[in-house]
Parts: sequence; C-alpha cells; structure tokens
Amino acid sequence: MAEKQSRPTSFQEIILRLQAYWSAQGCAIMQPYDMEVGAGTFHPATTLRSLGSKPWAAAYVQPSRRPTDGRYGDNPNRLQHYYQFQVLIKPSPPDLQALYLGSLEAIGIDMEMHDIRFVEDDWESPTLGAWGLGWEVWCDGMEVSQFTYFQQVGGHDCHPVSGELTYGLERLAMYVLGVDHVMDMPFNDPQAPIALSYGDVFRQTEQEYSRWNFDVADTEVLLRHFEEAEAECARILAEPAEDPKTGQRIVMAHPAYDQCIKASHIFNLLDARGVISVTERQAYIGRVRSLAKLCADAFVQTEAGGYAA
Amino acid sequence: MPNLLIELFSEEIPARMQAQAAETLRKNVTDGLVEAGLTYAGAKAFSTPRRLTLAVEGLLGESPDIREERKGPKVGAPEKAIEGFLRGAGVSREALEERETPKGAVYFATIEKTGRPAEEIVAEVLEAVIRGFPWPKSMRWGAGSLRWVRPLHSILCLLDDESGARTVPLTIDGIEAGDSTEGHRFMSKGRFSVASFEDYEARLKRAHVLLDPEERADHIWQEATNRAFARGLEVVEDKGLLREVAGLVEWPVVLMGEIDEEFLELPPEVLQTSMKEHQKFFSVKSPKTGRIERFVTVANRETADNGATILAGNQKVLSARLADAKFFWENDLRVAKAGMEDWVDGLSSVTFHAKLGSQAERVTRIAALAREIAPHVGADPDKAEEAARIAKADLRSEMVGEFPELQGAMGRYYALEAGRDADVADACRDHWKPLGQDDSVPSAPVSVAVALADKIDTLTGFWAIDEKPTGSKDPYALRRAALGVIRLVLGNGIRVELVQQLLFGRCFDHLFSIKELHILNDELNAAMVTVQSRKKPQPESFSDWRNVIEEVQNSEGQIEAFESRIAAVNRAYQKARIIATNLLAFFHDRLKVHLKGEGIRYDVIDACLAMEGSDDLALLVKRAEALSDFLKTDDGENLTQGFKRANNILTQAEEKDGVEYSFGADIKFAETDAEKALFAALDAADARIKPAMEAEEFAEAMRAMASLRAPVDAFFEAVQINAESDVLRRNRLNLLSRIRSVCSGVADLSRLEG
Repeated sequence: MAEKQSRPTSFQEIILRLQAYWSAQGCAIMQPYDMEVGAGTFHPATTLRSLGSKPWAAAYVQPSRRPTDGRYGDNPNRLQHYYQFQVLIKPSPPDLQALYLGSLEAIGIDMEMHDIRFVEDDWESPTLGAWGLGWEVWCDGMEVSQFTYFQQVGGHDCHPVSGELTYGLERLAMYVLGVDHVMDMPFNDPQAPIALSYGDVFRQTEQEYSRWNFDVADTEVLLRHFEEAEAECARILAEPAEDPKTGQRIVMAHPAYDQCIKASHIFNLLDARGVISVTERQAYIGRVRSLAKLCADAFVQTEAGGYAA
Repeated sequence: MPNLLIELFSEEIPARMQAQAAETLRKNVTDGLVEAGLTYAGAKAFSTPRRLTLAVEGLLGESPDIREERKGPKVGAPEKAIEGFLRGAGVSREALEERETPKGAVYFATIEKTGRPAEEIVAEVLEAVIRGFPWPKSMRWGAGSLRWVRPLHSILCLLDDESGARTVPLTIDGIEAGDSTEGHRFMSKGRFSVASFEDYEARLKRAHVLLDPEERADHIWQEATNRAFARGLEVVEDKGLLREVAGLVEWPVVLMGEIDEEFLELPPEVLQTSMKEHQKFFSVKSPKTGRIERFVTVANRETADNGATILAGNQKVLSARLADAKFFWENDLRVAKAGMEDWVDGLSSVTFHAKLGSQAERVTRIAALAREIAPHVGADPDKAEEAARIAKADLRSEMVGEFPELQGAMGRYYALEAGRDADVADACRDHWKPLGQDDSVPSAPVSVAVALADKIDTLTGFWAIDEKPTGSKDPYALRRAALGVIRLVLGNGIRVELVQQLLFGRCFDHLFSIKELHILNDELNAAMVTVQSRKKPQPESFSDWRNVIEEVQNSEGQIEAFESRIAAVNRAYQKARIIATNLLAFFHDRLKVHLKGEGIRYDVIDACLAMEGSDDLALLVKRAEALSDFLKTDDGENLTQGFKRANNILTQAEEKDGVEYSFGADIKFAETDAEKALFAALDAADARIKPAMEAEEFAEAMRAMASLRAPVDAFFEAVQINAESDVLRRNRLNLLSRIRSVCSGVADLSRLEG
C-alpha cells in the first residue's frame, strides 16, 4: 500500500489526487462528457465501453445533474449539480478492492485509524437497462463510494466484466476535509490569494437552477424535446451501416447515444417539474431504456464494441 | 482417518447470505462425499464476511471397493438397447456375460469399482459444489466465467492425518487450491499456511479473524451490554441486527456513542429504526424512562486511538440522518395537529390494487366493516369507525415514506397529536397486528375491531378478484391475514359466524358494491311507488333486499327496465356465496395448521368441521380441544372404537336392507342384561349430553359419552346383532343407531383415523 499521505486542503486537491492516483494505475484520464447527465455512469466511456470484449481503463470527473435534489444551496449536502469521480476497468482486475483502498489513502484517509467496510448494495439503472453486484463502501459508517461489477448493460451481458467505482466527490471531500456544509468547503487552496469556497463557485447556480428546475422550465418545450430526442435516436440507428458517401462501414452508436442521454436528462427535468404521474413515470423510464438498448445493440456492431468485419 | 478443511476466500459476502451459504457448503460437500463412498464422523461450517469454511472430521481415507452385478437386455435384443446398457454400466461389449434364465439368454455385466483415494473424491465433489452453488444472486468477474457471490480469490483444501497435511490438487477457473489463507483485511499482512483446522482457527485468531459467527455475535452482545451496564443503561435486543452485524466484521470492536441532545425527544421507534436501517447501530436505552440515549456501533478493527476517530465519524453521520428524521417528524406533526385531513384526503390518490381501488376506498370499506364488527367484540361502533378512518393515514406521512416499517407506530403518535382518544390511537398502531407467528394479538376492543375489519376486507377483496395464494406465492400475505383473523378471534374469544355475519356480505360488496345496490334499491322503490302507489320499507339486510328484488320481479309493468341489473345482483349473490364458502375453507386450512402447532390432530379437526356451526371458529376450537383431550383418555379411545364398530355394522345393514335404522329401539325387546344396561346408559347419557351441548360444555358432554364405553363394550361382548328373529335384529340395529346419534352430537367420530 502507498505511503501515508498528507491531508488535502481543498476540494480540487482531492480531485487532482484521485486523477493522479488512477493515472498511476494506468487509467486513461478522460474529461467530463459534454452533455447533461444524471450520473457518471452515463458517460459513454462507461456505458458503451463496458460493452464488448475490448479491454478498457478510464477515470474521469463527471458533473452530474439531479434536478429533484436541488435545495437552493441551503441543504448541507444536497445539490442539483454535483461531481462524481468515475473509474471503469475492463476486465475487472483481481486486486480492484486493494486498488480502490489505495485511492482512499491517496486522498488522505488513514487506513490505520478508520473503519472501512464493504456493505452489500446491488446497483441497478432501470433507464440504462443495466445492473451489477457490489457494495457501497462505508468509511466510519458513511457511504463514500459505490463499487460495482457490471453484469449487464443495455440488456447485454457484460463479457468480460467491468469493475466500476463511483465516488460522490462532495460528500467524500466534506468528510476528508472535516466540513459540515458543502458551501463552506474550500474549493481551491484556502491559502491562495483568491481563496474560493464551494459556495463562492456554486451557491448562486444552485439557486438559479433550483428555481428553473422546479418552477420555470417550460414543460411543453421539454416534452417536445423528449419526443424529438427519442425520434432522432431511432432515426440515426435506422440508417444503414454503410455510409453511402465514403463507402465505409460507420455505425453511428455515439450520436444516437447522445440522444438517449438527452432524453434521460429531459425526463429528469420533467420529473422535477412534477408533471409526470406515478404510472407515467414507469412508461418514460421504459422509453429511455429502449433507447439505451438500441444504442448498446449498435455499439457492439462497432469496432470499439468488439465488432470484427 | 484424515480430517478435511476447506476455505473459500472471496470478496465481501452479503451478511444476509452467509449463514445459509455455510450450511449449504456443509450439506452439499458432505452429501457428495457420502455418495461417493466417503463417510465421516462430523462436519461443521463457518462464515465470515470474506470466507466460507468447512471442517470435516474423521473422513475415510479412501472409498471402499465396489463389485456390482447388473442385469441387461436379452441376447438378441436390438443393438440400441445393448449399446445403452453398455453406456449405463460403463463396460465394454467383451466384458458382457451371457447367462441362461427362465426367460431365455440374458446379458449380465459385472461392474467393479476400485476404491479411490479421498483426494480425488474431495477434488471432484468440491469442484461440483462450487460450480453449482445456489447463491440467491451470483456474478461473474474479470474475464472468467465462474459464478460466485462476489469474486472468489482463493481455495484452501487440505487433508490432514497423523502423517501430516497434504493439499488436495484442484484448479477451478485458474484458482489453484492450496494450504494458505489471509487474515484480517487491515490488521494482518500476507498469506500464511495452515496444517489443520485447529491450526487454521488459531492462526486466524492471531491474524485478527474470529472464524465462528456465533462467537462474534456473543462477543458483540457481551461487550455491548457491559458498556451499557457501566452507564446504568441497557441495549435494546435485536437478534436479526446482531446476526447481520456479526456478518459485517471479522474482528468485532464494540464502540458506544452519544446521540445529540436535540434528537433525544424523537419517538424511540424513530431513533431505533433510523439507527438500525441506515447505520446498523444498536439502540441503548435507559431502563427507567425507556428513552433511547446512546448507540452501539461495531467496528471491524482496533485503532491506536481506541476507536475515537471511528466513533466521531459515525456520530457525525448519525446526526445528519437524525436531522432528516427530525425534519420529517416536525413536518408530520404540523399535519397531525391540524387533524391529519391532508393525509386522509391524500389516500384517494394512492392505489391499493388496480381492481380493488384506492387506499381511500379501502378505508371506507374497512370503516363500515369495523362499525359492523364492533358489537361482536365489545367495542364502541363510533370509535371503531373513527379509528378505521385514520388508521392508514400515516402511510402518507413523511416519516413512514422514509421508514415504511414505522407504519402504525407513527399513526399512534399522530392520532394522539390530532387529539384522538387513546384507544383510537392505539388502534392505529395495533390494527396491523398480529404480523407474524410470534407477534402479539391485540386485545383492546377498538383495535380488535379495526384489525379484523382490515384483514377481512383484504381477504374477501382478493378472493373476489380471484388472486388467491398459490403454492409458495402469496404476494399479498393473505395466509398471514387469515391466520391473523384466526388468532384475533380465538385470542379474544369472539363468537361470530364468519360466513353469514362477515364474509358473505363483504364478498358481495366487492362483486357488486353495496352502494350500487342502494342506488338500485332506491330506483326500484321509486318505480314501485308509481306502479303500486305505495312506498316500500327501506331494506336493512341482504335477505330484505332479496325479498324486495323478488317482489319486484314478480310484479308487472315498468320493472322490466331493471331486469338486467336485478339479474346482475342475483349473479353477485350466487357468486358471493361460493366465494365466501371457499374462503371459509381457506380459514379452515389455516386453522388446521395453527391447531397442529398446538398439538391437535388434523382428523380431530375434520371430525369437528363436519359439525354444524363450523364457521364459528371459537366454537370449533372449543369442540376440537375437548375432543382432542377426550381421545387422550382410555375411555375416549375405546369408545371411539365402539362407536366405529356400531357405525360399521349399522352402515352395512342399512346398505343391505335399503332402510335407515333410526326408528327407535324398544327396551321391551331387550333380552340380555348387557342390552338392558346399554338402554339405561344411553338414556342417562342422553340426559347429560343434551344440556351440556346446549351450554357448549363439550368436555362434560364427552365425559357423559365416556360413560358409555363399558356398556357398549359389554353389549358387543354379549349380544349377537344378527339375531335369528327379525324383530330382535331390527331392534338391535336401532339400538346401534342410538349409539351413533348420541356420539355424533359431539363430533363426527367416523372421521377419526385409526
């Protein structure tokens, strides 16, 4: 295991250390996906790359949006926009648990003083048609990560199996830094000439988005966007594999998947606006899931998805 | 004789699966060994979060030689049959022997199996057990195809005897069995080899792993109670939580912490549930006030600061959780103090079941039924109805939304806040009861009325829409509901005719809705007024309605317009009758299971079920208990034999003669003393039995029956039934008939076995 690490002093230092650590473990450090998503799992580097036989190792920060969790920046740890740190390695290495524990040491959690536990928690994403077995990881009784061995994604069995780690960065950082309210957490070095707190960066946006998510977002427009994204996704995938212009085989899995992500986020917004009834809810989730399945079907027909001509 | 040690070392096994998995490992491995000819002296299995371990003592070193002869097809049988036989027996064509038998020449094969060393058998059995392990949920990992509950890392498989220990050669999906294992994840470093089970257990302990889950649980409980006791407090017992926590740690370290002052005023159920569900903490309460004041958490390691950092972290998480709970509680209190109307109204937007309507509709039915039941259980009808109306309101509260298991408990608090009477509030809490075999049965009349109404509405509802439990599937817990009704009725000595007074009306209501019937009735009345210029009385009961309908059907004129609706009512009547009877049979089945547990035989219950009034469960059980006691006496057993003898002779004679001998025997045709004595005894018994039965004094009635034993025995001893004289024969048969009728008044003894 790694040398004992000094304690980090800011939110961003924790992110930087996680990136450095997983980089040292051989992961490609990717950047956030440039679309609104509900969780780091939606990044194609996880959802699509967990499919097919090709090995893969990536780590990245993903800004995530959960409109219903907005609390106008008042709640000590609930946010409508937050960060997840995501690691995906395929096939899952035999020492993934030890690697994970190493990452906790890297951000200054002293294994000699804390009580780390792997508590059963099976993961399921009804919108992605995905599930896996694993744990939530507890540090002194607090959930700090989700640890999952993917078994199925988009309705496809995962072969080989990917190991996925998800860190809820704000909560983890608050714990490591000993902060009680997320807005009080130092974002950059507190000794810096211009020291910024998490609140300095995000309090105002939390307010703005909370208001928009709950009360102002135009539901008719959103409903229309949902339908459009759904139609576009299907249309893209209905195109023949061979591109008439270049004569190459180009299955457009990623552009179609973008539409699936879009539909999923719009559904979350509609949910926050309270215009989706309990029974409709299941139907919407089912619609997004069928898009995810179509995209997964398409991805395994691509080279990255293990397709060999 | 060698001992066998197996350890399957994996990533963390869910706590809830560990005990069953250890037991499965023990059973499947030992079954496989025995099947292959390896018997053993003893076997014990253990589990920790990361390992399943099996220790088998006194195993045979090798399986015995087996020589077995097998008979095959006839010589000249089709080639396919012979080939099949060869395959099955595992021998070659040349090895077959032809032998003459009375049925011609037949092939025989001699199968010889030489004994095999334990190593070989153990390796085969263990591989089969691992590959076929019945985990509730299993997974693959990496690039492999093996399934296990979480990634399997190593296999320890060791045979040891006086000559030393040897590893069993075995490789599964690239995992090679060895003689080594690992200790605690954080408090031990590296792998170590072991030489025997004792060595394994001792070395594990040195490496900070307590192998035996019971030892871990005992240690946790001991430490927790000691710590609580030192502060004059006590730990709230929770065996399920103890088992679970023992499955989350290999090296339990018990820590006790404080709950922030601001949360101490939360109801104890809330504190306990929040701490248990989210944090797996034990609650620690003051024995004097019952107030929960502290918590116990169990860490998986020792630390240099004696757990101070761990405890501080846990305490912080708890405060955040309890802050949520407090937020829910305070929001809920506002609604409760305002009378809970928001919640009651909100129930109309919650679907109970697509075919049985919303929770609000259900509540309306339960309230009406609770009012109806109230007089039977000595409850105030107004209060029963009031309690039923608000009993489900807490389902809409934020607290119950977060912690569904607090339903009822919160209902009571909120009802009190809403200013309702204590017995109404108690009914909100207790109407869910009894929830299981071990749960207590409410006895407060209002609670009993609502509890019964709730369960009967559920049962009749699901029966009416034909969603009964089948086999192991009982998604709406209807068996539990039926047993709940039985225990409520018996526990409180409630006398009610289930079908007539409760089930039938409810079944009808589910099929047709009494509301619709009311509307129909009003319309019919209006029509009748114009037809006959007179107002019909408002019908009060089902039979009144039936009369109204019949009268209307018989009358002429405008009634035709109602014909199809009246026909629908009639259909509902017929169907409700069938469903209610069917549901009663379900109650009887549950009752049999329940009484079996109390030591009453099935046939005894059947004998009582055959009597009238079997839908009065309290009466039925009273009768069954008396009969069961009676049959345990000598007199009871013998009288039953006498009765059966009389009944058999009589039945045969009646079949043969085509008449029923119930005309009444006459003492003047009695010839022998034994016969005369039986007449006298029957008269005497009759005189005692009738009043006893009227007073439902079954034991007394049976004692009176028991007095017949000697005269009946003596009668059969001395008297020939089939006398030469036809008159004498008829008279004796009629006398047997009296035995039958006297005995049958108590129970149908012909249904008793043996």
